[in-house]
Amino acid sequence: MNALELYAISKSYGDQKALEGINLSVPAGSRTVIVGPSGSGKTTLLRMIAGFEFPDSGRLSLNGQTLVDATHEVPAHQRLIGYVPQDGALFPHMTVAANIGFGLSVKGGEKNHRIAELMDSVALDASMAHRWPHELSGGQQQRVALARALAQQPRLMLLDEPFSALDTGLRGAMRKMVARLLSDAGVTTILVTHDQSEALSFADQLAVMRGGRLVQSGHPLDLYRYPDDEQTALFLGDAVVMPAKIEAGWAHCDLGRIPVNNHRNNHSAQIMLRPEQLQLVSIQPSPTEVVGCRAVVTDRDFSGNTCTLTVELQHPTSGDKSGRSLTVRGSGMYAPPAGSAVHVSTIGHAHVFSES
Amino acid sequence: MPETLPGGVATAIPSNLRRRSRGAFAGRGGAWVIGLSVLISLLSLLPIAFVIGVSIQTGWAAIVPLVFRPRVAELLINTVLLVVITIPLCIMLGLALAWLTERTNLPGRRGWALLATAPLAVPAFVHSYAWVSLVPSIHGLPAGVLISVIAYFPFLYLPIAATLRRLDPAIEDVAESLGLKPWAVFFRVVLPQLRLAICGGALLVGLHLLAEYGLYAMIRFDTFTTAIFDQFKSTFNGPAANMLASVLALCCLAMLTAESAARGTARYARVGSGSARTQRVVRLYWEAKMLGLALQVFTCAMALGVPLITLGKWLIAGGSEVWQPDELMPALQQTLQFGAMGAVLTTCAAIPIAWLSIRSPGRLQRILESCNYITSSLPGIVVALALVTVTIHFARPIYQTTLTVLLAYLLMFLPRALVNLRAGIAQAPVELENIARSLGRSPGRALWLITLRLAAPGAAAGAALVFLAITNELTATLLLAPNGTRTLATGFWAMTSEIDYAAAAPYALLMILLSLPLTGLLYHQSKRTAGR
Repeated sequence: MNALELYAISKSYGDQKALEGINLSVPAGSRTVIVGPSGSGKTTLLRMIAGFEFPDSGRLSLNGQTLVDATHEVPAHQRLIGYVPQDGALFPHMTVAANIGFGLSVKGGEKNHRIAELMDSVALDASMAHRWPHELSGGQQQRVALARALAQQPRLMLLDEPFSALDTGLRGAMRKMVARLLSDAGVTTILVTHDQSEALSFADQLAVMRGGRLVQSGHPLDLYRYPDDEQTALFLGDAVVMPAKIEAGWAHCDLGRIPVNNHRNNHSAQIMLRPEQLQLVSIQPSPTEVVGCRAVVTDRDFSGNTCTLTVELQHPTSGDKSGRSLTVRGSGMYAPPAGSAVHVSTIGHAHVFSES
Repeated sequence: MPETLPGGVATAIPSNLRRRSRGAFAGRGGAWVIGLSVLISLLSLLPIAFVIGVSIQTGWAAIVPLVFRPRVAELLINTVLLVVITIPLCIMLGLALAWLTERTNLPGRRGWALLATAPLAVPAFVHSYAWVSLVPSIHGLPAGVLISVIAYFPFLYLPIAATLRRLDPAIEDVAESLGLKPWAVFFRVVLPQLRLAICGGALLVGLHLLAEYGLYAMIRFDTFTTAIFDQFKSTFNGPAANMLASVLALCCLAMLTAESAARGTARYARVGSGSARTQRVVRLYWEAKMLGLALQVFTCAMALGVPLITLGKWLIAGGSEVWQPDELMPALQQTLQFGAMGAVLTTCAAIPIAWLSIRSPGRLQRILESCNYITSSLPGIVVALALVTVTIHFARPIYQTTLTVLLAYLLMFLPRALVNLRAGIAQAPVELENIARSLGRSPGRALWLITLRLAAPGAAAGAALVFLAITNELTATLLLAPNGTRTLATGFWAMTSEIDYAAAAPYALLMILLSLPLTGLLYHQSKRTAGR
């Protein structure tokens, strides 16, 4: 069952189109991530769901209740939607406990008990209850903001780049903690981020936005492997894109003959492979193989457990350099040095972009 | 997971949630705020309507000889010189004192901060009375500038000090890391952020200079306001005074335009993440420390020493005879009553306009704000006479009642509340209000719990300034108060008019004592920022 439904949401600021015909369904209890570069309209969309802004046209409903349509709108305070912004936005004139208890309707001992519970759930020490926001670290502020939003048992939780102000190590840990916490509580969540690795790791459903449009949505792995176009492919990670001729389930390209996922005969198209689908093997002086292609390593970027190699392909028949450079990922310790001749083979299918 | 909202809001949307205007003010709150602002601003246009009305009645032929004459040019030059010399001096003094008390390790800086606020407790005409008693020959522009700076610099000190306390220290750290020397950090990073405070304070001082009567009358310095007052005294409701008032209104319009241009459209809410650390303190070398202390001592001697010594002299000379409890007590009570009611009314009235001005600045809001400024820049006597005329003709039941007096205070002192409230609301980012709404608080509750709490120091400062202004208000009270009403200010003026300086001293002392705890409150409230 879908918790949140967006139909044809549009919004302009003057001549500037911020959102154009956004359609999105968010299943109940799922974690949906909206990812896109800065200025793609993802935060505007989130604020619209929260009720801080209103669309020019379109319809928005939550658990079957219409929040916005052409004639009606439910204000933010009646939506029961939690919101955690990038910097936490703690109320500076309230203690941690008062911040967390802000949305609670219970009073007295029960309220204190609930605050203590919430603090425990976000792994905040009980002794912090009487601290002021300016006495907390960035990560602690985010936890308080999360506990504050969870306190009212929201029907939907909106997270606006909540981890981007944290340092890398903490970011990963916070992300896992938040994901687990929200799953345990069964809260439907929407996260907005411009960080594609964060998006891929957090999401059950991924929605990619660009220039005010929602260009593709689906399971993160599907989007990663089968993006609709090159821009989306490159936004979600490194990609090798090259022209090919498709014939009976095979692509013929500079890399040789590669199986493809969708059939189209005698068709010129762009194909895409992820760098981890390419494999390098140091080759013997007299190669006999027929699959794959020969190349020379031109650059080696060592970064511990992985190593990114740049290789230049050689023409499969003449042996001349074709001039095409590819990046290939490999194990850090056993990567061939620059200048070595290698053999490039592929794993799995190549993805064929539909013609635009 | 609940399928319906608490309180039974199910899938159908109640009719009271029907769609309103889009834009920055979707929802019911916006319409209310705009409506209230327009209403208050229309009310404040009453005195202007009065001035325009009598101008039309007078006719162009009669206006020309009244406005284009050497006397008007002379008054214009006097007024402009007074403004142009006094305001920069006030800014420099206010800025220097605020920096010393907020950002340095000057010995006793908390005490000095209190003393820099204290001159507000002394009414401007009491300052004048003190200087005339001390140096009987004092007169003209130099005297006008000297006493004006002394009487009005706290209007700049207070907002600047409050803003200095609340600036994000990280911004200064960043500036320094970009290679700026400390003085460059101050001029390129700190000073621009003080723009709102300086503009607001300077406007307030400017409006005072244009409207003050008692101060300049005592030292025989002619400004538009003293001239209007003299005209009114001789011809009561004549066209000559009305025409002078029109020119004064134009002066005020020019000042407003200048302030509006200087304020700009930059965003002044904190944009950094999280909550702030405490401010850094500059360690002064002992030479600088001595210099700073000398400035503080000198300012205190001029602004507090002179009035207190003069008052002491008159009180000793007058002995116990000048203390008449059955005259003083009712005056004190009346002053307290007017002050408290006026302060609450005015601050509440300022909330919608101040909110619009920060959250939705635009042409409408500037027009609304200008309405209030223009009215308050008119001399109290014009406001008072407008109310006299209007109440006699259209609202007889409230003629000569407390309500009319309070209305006059509202019209005259709204900018005092507005400027401070506006600076306070600028410190409460709209995002916090959004969060409160997402946590189930209605827009009104969110405004009350978050923005107004954060703006409370500004609001308290505004209310205290209005209270002080009412305590010291003279002309409008004289004209509008119900028969037999005597406040401390009108009592004081009655005595000095009879050249009984000794008998006036107890009234002046009471006014000062009454205002002193308030300056303490001002000081305390503006310090209680963000939970500290």
